[in-house]
Amino acid sequence: MYLDSRDRRPSLTPQLAMRVAILGGIALLAFALIFFRLWYLQVLSGESYRAEANDNRVREIKVQAPRGEIVDREGRVLVENRVGLSVKVSPGKLPESDAARDAVYRRLGRVLGMRPARVERKVERQLKALPFSAATVKQDVGTDIVAYLLENQDDFPGVEPERVFLRRYPHGDVGAHLFGYTGEISPPEIKSERFRGVEAGDRVGKTGIESQYDRFLRGRNGATRVQVDALGTLRGDPLEARQPQQGRQLRLALDLDVQSAGQQALAGRPGAFVAMNVQNGEVLGLGSAPSFDPNLFSPAISVPDYARLNSEDAGRPLTNRAIEGAYPTGSTFKLITATAALEGGLITPETVQYDPGSIRVGGVTFKNAGEVAHGAVALRQALSVSSDVYFYRLGLEANGSGDGLLIQNWARKLGLGRPTGIDLPGESSGLVPTPKWRDDLYKRELTDRPWSVGDNINLSVGQGDLQADPLQMAVAYATIANGGRVVRPRLGQRIEDSTGRPLQELQATTARRVKVAPEHRQAILEGLRAAASEPGGTSTPVFADFPIPIAGKTGTAETTSGIDQSWYIALAPYPNPRYVVAATIEGGGFGAETAAPAVRQILTSLFDVDDSGEIPAGTAPD
Amino acid sequence: MQATPFGATVRDFRERGGPRFVRIDVLLLAAVVGLVACSLYTLATATQDDIAGSPNYFVYRQAAYAVVGIVLMLLISRFDYSRLRDWKAGLYVFLIASILVVFALGSVTKGARRSIELPFFQLQTSALGKVLLVVVLSAVLVDRMRRLGDRETTSRAMLLALIPAMLVIAQPDLGSGLVYISIALVTLFVAGTRWTHFAVLGGLAATAVAIVLIAAPAVGVEVLKPYQVDRLTAFVNPAENTDEEGYQQQQSKVAIGAGGKTGRGDDATQTKLDFLPEHHTDFIFSVVGEEFGFMGAALVLSLFALLIWRSLRILTMSKDLFGTLIAAGVLAMLMHQIFVNVGMTIGIMPITGVTLPLMSYGGSSVLVTFIALGLLQSVHAQARETAFAKGRDLAL
Repeated sequence: MYLDSRDRRPSLTPQLAMRVAILGGIALLAFALIFFRLWYLQVLSGESYRAEANDNRVREIKVQAPRGEIVDREGRVLVENRVGLSVKVSPGKLPESDAARDAVYRRLGRVLGMRPARVERKVERQLKALPFSAATVKQDVGTDIVAYLLENQDDFPGVEPERVFLRRYPHGDVGAHLFGYTGEISPPEIKSERFRGVEAGDRVGKTGIESQYDRFLRGRNGATRVQVDALGTLRGDPLEARQPQQGRQLRLALDLDVQSAGQQALAGRPGAFVAMNVQNGEVLGLGSAPSFDPNLFSPAISVPDYARLNSEDAGRPLTNRAIEGAYPTGSTFKLITATAALEGGLITPETVQYDPGSIRVGGVTFKNAGEVAHGAVALRQALSVSSDVYFYRLGLEANGSGDGLLIQNWARKLGLGRPTGIDLPGESSGLVPTPKWRDDLYKRELTDRPWSVGDNINLSVGQGDLQADPLQMAVAYATIANGGRVVRPRLGQRIEDSTGRPLQELQATTARRVKVAPEHRQAILEGLRAAASEPGGTSTPVFADFPIPIAGKTGTAETTSGIDQSWYIALAPYPNPRYVVAATIEGGGFGAETAAPAVRQILTSLFDVDDSGEIPAGTAPD
Repeated sequence: MQATPFGATVRDFRERGGPRFVRIDVLLLAAVVGLVACSLYTLATATQDDIAGSPNYFVYRQAAYAVVGIVLMLLISRFDYSRLRDWKAGLYVFLIASILVVFALGSVTKGARRSIELPFFQLQTSALGKVLLVVVLSAVLVDRMRRLGDRETTSRAMLLALIPAMLVIAQPDLGSGLVYISIALVTLFVAGTRWTHFAVLGGLAATAVAIVLIAAPAVGVEVLKPYQVDRLTAFVNPAENTDEEGYQQQQSKVAIGAGGKTGRGDDATQTKLDFLPEHHTDFIFSVVGEEFGFMGAALVLSLFALLIWRSLRILTMSKDLFGTLIAAGVLAMLMHQIFVNVGMTIGIMPITGVTLPLMSYGGSSVLVTFIALGLLQSVHAQARETAFAKGRDLAL
């Protein structure tokens, strides 16, 4: 059959045909556009959109890793973990409107016992710093509060509790100054290379050992990948899970018994002690008094507590006097003066000087402590009875010979006036006074007079402007004891896995060597031995009956407050010392009165001797 | 011999003088049935977790609407549309009244008052208005055929469409309002209105847009709801707009893109985990794209292409101008909804809130589409009947 144009309906005019064609053309064009677009989206970009769709649905839930524990040299736990619950606010689920948010803060404040404005400030501040991480409102809340929040979740949109590992210190204030504390990583820290891999909300070491060995102690967080819907609700089983890895265990050289004994020996009197291996610098005890309970810092210390721990009235318990105390050392410095004089050729061990009880230099009379006249003394006896005049003369002589810095140079060589390099942050350098130092101060009108020979005379017996701490003195004594190696004191001994299997030994390092002639060293050690054992020795009354032969030097530092500070530094066992023990007690009187008995207590623990009786105290001025 | 591949079948029916309903366009019916099947299948996979305890809630209801719709379509196809010409005044009054009644009695869904509660479903009168407007406009233009060149004819027709359009935009239902305007423009276009009139209309439209989007807000008068402006501007600046509207469109693109060539099937997480909003209504094409990929989307689009081709064909074969204009109006409605809806899901059109005919879940949308298709079939059947009576062959 053929199409007959006459059969056509008259309305299909050329105009209509054209317009229908235009409509058809538009439809065709639209379909073509859609097809090209679909091709682009689905075939050309399909992979990236599929990845985006998967990003949408997969969330990683962090599983916090516990920090490694810290144990003493015997494996006894010093710092462990406990599980705490934090209340966090997650920004994505908070209500949008300010009014609804304020209502959440108000309710939360009531439950947590905080002012709503404080809740809001805390949250807003953290969200400003890290917009996509949950903000911590309160750490370490009780399980009853968490249970209440979970039961009434509708009233607390965006509020979620989180399990966190917090530190616990089972031995209370024992070692308090060493461990430092942990805290949530701060926004500036999270950007630093040192904390790479740490996520917001993780706790890191902020001070002390926790900070020094953070990279070992810090664990690796686990994660569970889960599928969520558009509202963030979990759907289905977890896709995969990565177990959290606990941080490494840190074994310290510290001996819990020695540490406890040291802190007991100080008995709360302001002061400090150090017990160190003279060969390798291992620190078996290092403490400061007054002390504090580090549990106060876990999870975070309160403002009033912190103020108290820093207050002068309470004796600034946070200060670690063993590494920060800047004290004159009294006669314990005579070991350094003796070394300098022997090595500088001012004397030989046999050089005899007459000690009439005082000398007069430039119109000033320098007296022996207690104004005793020791008569003719050589080095050994001078150390034993602690003749000041003998050392005054060395100070006088040193000031006038060479560059006049003989004693200062030796003090620096032996570790004074600079940090010892112990693996504990916050060490102070102390001060070895020199003519240049005082003259500079004088020029800037910060002191009343320039350097004079009297300053050097004072330095020779550890008085005047000298500032050193027990750890620096212990290093100096260790150097003489071990024949010239200046050790770098070290608390960390070994990195282990959580079962105690060793992973990495923390090698002892020697900071540098100094050359001391063996006969000089011998003479000094004999002098110190005599001081602790022979009649007339300044600490003989304290150590005469002690089963371990020791060599030691008393010291009495005259402080500006007018109350003498007691020092004692012992090397034991004589003649081949393994340990150096140093102690100082502010306001403790003569060295033999308080510091020497304290050192004896520490040695008792160190050598595990039976020493239950009354500890004798000496009265000898030095 | 036949010029078209389908002509033989059609003629066979005709020569046997078969039952009257086969005078409908069988291919159009096939496209319609195919789309309904696609809709049901897509809904079945996409909505099984949406209502706990009744995985097939949407499927059963959509199937019921479709059955009622097909019956309605077949009934209307047997009815001579010509009689509607005389009812135009009544139909227009009903159109305006049905829109107004929503303001008084309507129920509020998502902040918009668009529908009235009927026993079985919520009737969106703005949807029904589309078909009513098609009939009224066609009738008015046929009456004024001889004065088609007058400005008055064009402006009167535009006014007839703009009054209900403004009313539904106020509901607010921007999508349907724009469909009304498309219907008016295409009907005028097919009727033969002069190009100069369209040029003037274009100028007026540009001015109106400028006033609505720029001038009116500047002096504090709100013509569009803020979310409607957001939708339109979200499309222009997708990167700047990360809130609700931009989010929907982005998620839709991600869903379709993730579908790839052959689709993700049961792993269609954008749909199943609700990242894709309104996945059973306005964004059902995104579900097709995600679950069945380019292949599935192409199949659905092909069915729509078939639908549009048959509509165009019916437009040209109508026995009278009234039928031609009705077909033009229905065509306008279908084309507008298909291209705007699909375009919206693939990010080349703004979100204006129109459903995808026959695919989107919803009683009003499905039933109104079937009524419109019934009219189309009626035009076809009448043309065929007339041709048969005159012994003409209408195969193109």
